[in-house]
Amino acid sequence: MTAPLSTAGVARPARAWRLDRRHAAVAAIVVVAALIPLFARGFALFQLSQVMIYGLAILGLNLLTGFNGQFSLGHSAFYAIGAYTAALLIERCGVNYLWTLPAAGGVCFAVGFLFGLPALRLQNLYLALATFALAVAMPQLLKFHGLEGITGGVQGLVVDQPDPPAFLPLDSDQWMYYLTLIVVILLFAAAANLVKSRTGRAIMAIRDNPIAAAAMGINTALYKSLTFGVSALYTGVAGALGAMAVQFVAPDSFTIFLSVSLLVGLVIGGVGSIPGCLFGGLFVLYVPNIANALSTGLAGAIYGVILLVVIFVMPAGAAGFARLALARLGRRRPHPDPLTQEGRSP
Amino acid sequence: MKQLTRRSVLAAAPAALSFGLPSLARAAKNYGPGVSDTEIKVGNTCFYSGPASSYGTIGKAEAAYFKMVNDQGGVNGRKINFISYDDAYSPPKTVEMVRKLVEQDGVLLVLNSLGTPTNTAVWHYLNQKKVPQLFVGTGATKWDDPKGHPWTMGWQPSYQAEGRAYAAYILAHKAGGKVGVLYQNDDFGKDYLKGVRDGLGDKAKSMLTVEASYETTDPTVDSQIVDMKAKGIDVFVNTAIPKFAAQAIRKAAEIGWKPLHILSSIGNSVAATLKPAGLENAKDLISDFYLKDPTDPQWKDDQGYKDWVAFMDKYYPAGDKTDIGNVVGPSFAQTFIQVVKQCGDNLTRENVMKEAANLHNFRVPMLLPGIEINTSPTDFAPIKQIQMGRFDGSRWVLFGPLISGAIPS
Amino acid sequence: MELLIQQIVAGLATGGIYACMALAVVMIYQAIDHLNFAQGEMAMFSTFIAWQLIHMGLPYWVAFALAAAVSFVGGIVIERVLFKPLHNAPILSNLVGFIALFSVLNSSAGYLWNYTIKEFPTPFGHKALFGSTLIDTHEAGMIVVTVALLGLLYVFFRGTRLGLAMRAASANPESARLVGIRVGWMTALGWAMAAAIGAVAGMMIAPVVFLEPNMMLGVLLYGFAGAVLGGLNSPAGAVIGGFLVGIIENLAGTFIPYVGRELKLTLALIVIVAVLMVRPSGLFGRRVVSRV
Repeated sequence: MTAPLSTAGVARPARAWRLDRRHAAVAAIVVVAALIPLFARGFALFQLSQVMIYGLAILGLNLLTGFNGQFSLGHSAFYAIGAYTAALLIERCGVNYLWTLPAAGGVCFAVGFLFGLPALRLQNLYLALATFALAVAMPQLLKFHGLEGITGGVQGLVVDQPDPPAFLPLDSDQWMYYLTLIVVILLFAAAANLVKSRTGRAIMAIRDNPIAAAAMGINTALYKSLTFGVSALYTGVAGALGAMAVQFVAPDSFTIFLSVSLLVGLVIGGVGSIPGCLFGGLFVLYVPNIANALSTGLAGAIYGVILLVVIFVMPAGAAGFARLALARLGRRRPHPDPLTQEGRSP
Repeated sequence: MKQLTRRSVLAAAPAALSFGLPSLARAAKNYGPGVSDTEIKVGNTCFYSGPASSYGTIGKAEAAYFKMVNDQGGVNGRKINFISYDDAYSPPKTVEMVRKLVEQDGVLLVLNSLGTPTNTAVWHYLNQKKVPQLFVGTGATKWDDPKGHPWTMGWQPSYQAEGRAYAAYILAHKAGGKVGVLYQNDDFGKDYLKGVRDGLGDKAKSMLTVEASYETTDPTVDSQIVDMKAKGIDVFVNTAIPKFAAQAIRKAAEIGWKPLHILSSIGNSVAATLKPAGLENAKDLISDFYLKDPTDPQWKDDQGYKDWVAFMDKYYPAGDKTDIGNVVGPSFAQTFIQVVKQCGDNLTRENVMKEAANLHNFRVPMLLPGIEINTSPTDFAPIKQIQMGRFDGSRWVLFGPLISGAIPS
Repeated sequence: MELLIQQIVAGLATGGIYACMALAVVMIYQAIDHLNFAQGEMAMFSTFIAWQLIHMGLPYWVAFALAAAVSFVGGIVIERVLFKPLHNAPILSNLVGFIALFSVLNSSAGYLWNYTIKEFPTPFGHKALFGSTLIDTHEAGMIVVTVALLGLLYVFFRGTRLGLAMRAASANPESARLVGIRVGWMTALGWAMAAAIGAVAGMMIAPVVFLEPNMMLGVLLYGFAGAVLGGLNSPAGAVIGGFLVGIIENLAGTFIPYVGRELKLTLALIVIVAVLMVRPSGLFGRRVVSRV
């Protein structure tokens, strides 16, 4: 009997959920992360919360730039919008902090989507400039004296830190850490799911070859705008968490340098790698401290040198490096990663 | 009644002595965090990197000054361990670094952190944790709030006070003129503007014609100057930082515009602002002062200035002697050292704040003659006085009385 | 009406700065197909070198030529040492390379020469041009220099073999190699020229804005905007774009009430983005069509 020409009518077996090495590694990391507050306190937890928050913001950027090929220098604006949304809801409207997270996400999704629509016409560097304009405009808008009554203007807004629920024996730093951890786990899992789904493949197809993707029937305009929205949502939620962790929002916290940091974190972590985002967050938080500890006068130069060394050693970011290393250890030729362009011959 | 034997007298003696001599050795050594018999840990955040890194020299000059003090034996035998971190003018970074100073490094207090948004970010935290946020390195008015924030104290005259002084000068010398203000579009610029507006009172509506802002990323302020001339401004309040203040002075001269030109204390250095702008162009400029400008030739033989030069030569030779930041840093340090001296061996955080609020007629060498530091439990503004000066083409000629910049509450 | 003309002329004066920078930006874009974020810092560093030479006693034009020459060589060194190894890395990794270069140059300049502003001499003087209060002799001179540079570049690219080789190497490296063009060295040459042009731009701009390590931050931003507005593959377009940005910014600041003062830069960028909506490759850029 010849093989059926189509699979129509043939029952497909349910996809077994396999516990493979990757899942085990993720589970191990989550367990370790959950146990850290037993050993670390106050300030160290604050730093780790910041690492996760930056990692989440970088994931937002990654979804847009790494997976969809749309270049953005403007994510500090979405971070700012998320942060201010949370701050304003908590301080001016008395909303419970938990609700500010979906609110920040929603507002940023809308803004990102609306920005993504006209951005469809722009390619690469022109899009870079448009997003750059957004990032530069944000602090100016926040400082604008006409909006001062709402935004607090140049002086910024102090945000009360969320209190842990009464039934948990945690202090506010620990609670902030766990809250961030839970949100990060949920959003990272959602991103991983998105990327593996049909939508994710469509998004990546648009990155790899937009004309072919359109020819295959993918609605590139819709997907690109949606991706912009989702990307902004992720970074916005990170901004909201950041506002609560730092307990302060001000226009000077959200300058173009934040956008540049997110971009650096993206590349160092590995473009197109979801776990790489956390490494990027680690880099963005700790390396400037290291550079400053080595020399106050030349801190910027040392930071630049560290960047160069890292990028020379790991041109594909930490994720690419890890992939290479694991492959070498397993003595296999590294497979080209289907999710990114790494390892693919030109 | 107990017999007054020799033994009982001797036994009672120490108690009697400690009654009559409160501050000597018998007083218990009271140490807060970060203090030992040999050291006091002091924390600080400053901008060493990023776009505001020109102010990083303040932290470096301060560190150099503490090194000099330590080389001379420290204060009451204790060396000052000055731990300074970079926050790159980013409030989240300030929060991180200040928490590190308090929770990990265990400092006694946070001294002279720079920047208004950066200090605002840790304002509540430090007051909640009861850590002194001493001699904050900005002129924002909010630091003088003993009731609401008893652990925070400013140092320099507030920008609003300076603005009011300019307004008073304008009302006295050119009432009815059209006033234009050039200000940086951030906290200190807006504070100056508010001071001028408040100082003009009900005349502000009619007199304050142009409020021109600029961003630090703007290449020039030439178009603001052209605009002001076109609108007939005849009183120009120039509160810009040296780079833009110099551009404004030069452009005004180029286009033949000669208003009553008032410079703020931020941009009035002879070498850093006036020389690049052209000394002839700066003639008849008015400004206000509380520190001695190290590039002004009139202080050449002043003992305070000579000591400062000697200090810079030995401990901070790479520092630019034309940069007023290198005067500010040591002056902060000297004020703090006085507080430490007054604390004696009672070096708790509470006592540090108490003695900081207990400074009477204290002078640091680089303050203008006659200006003194005074604080009290209801007055957290150490330096309130300024003096006006006019530039005669080569130096600032001080005139008039010392103006008190206290903001009426 | 008079105020309008005044502000347009004033905008041309500041626009000259942006045009100069935009030319350097486009120059390197044509050579390496990336936007060089460190272009401003390279120009600033070159200007400091010139300042140092002048302070050591050299006459202006000697220092000018030396600084341009040093920058030329520096461009080659940067390309060979930093960016050639990143050649095969993804584009974003190159971007991080630019950011690193920016950081190193900015911090080193602050360390070596501190942050006090310095006067930088100009061969054109600072007198009012024809008695006009809006534009002075230096700003006019700067415009002339920019246009002259533009002309020189045009002649170089269209009229010389080397220029042709560079264009070929940039447009189609594979085919260029096949006809014997040393593509690697063409890229290095592109960097060198961009660095030298940047040095000239810096030395033209410094007399207006005063020399200090952060002087190019804003200028680069506006230069980019001008280059993008004009079209990234058109040097003449970039120069015109630079002038337009200066004019738009001035007009926005003066004539748009309430918001114009504080949101000048934002408004200028909005205008540019709006233009890009209509002409996505810039006013004078060519649409790049790629084969599927």
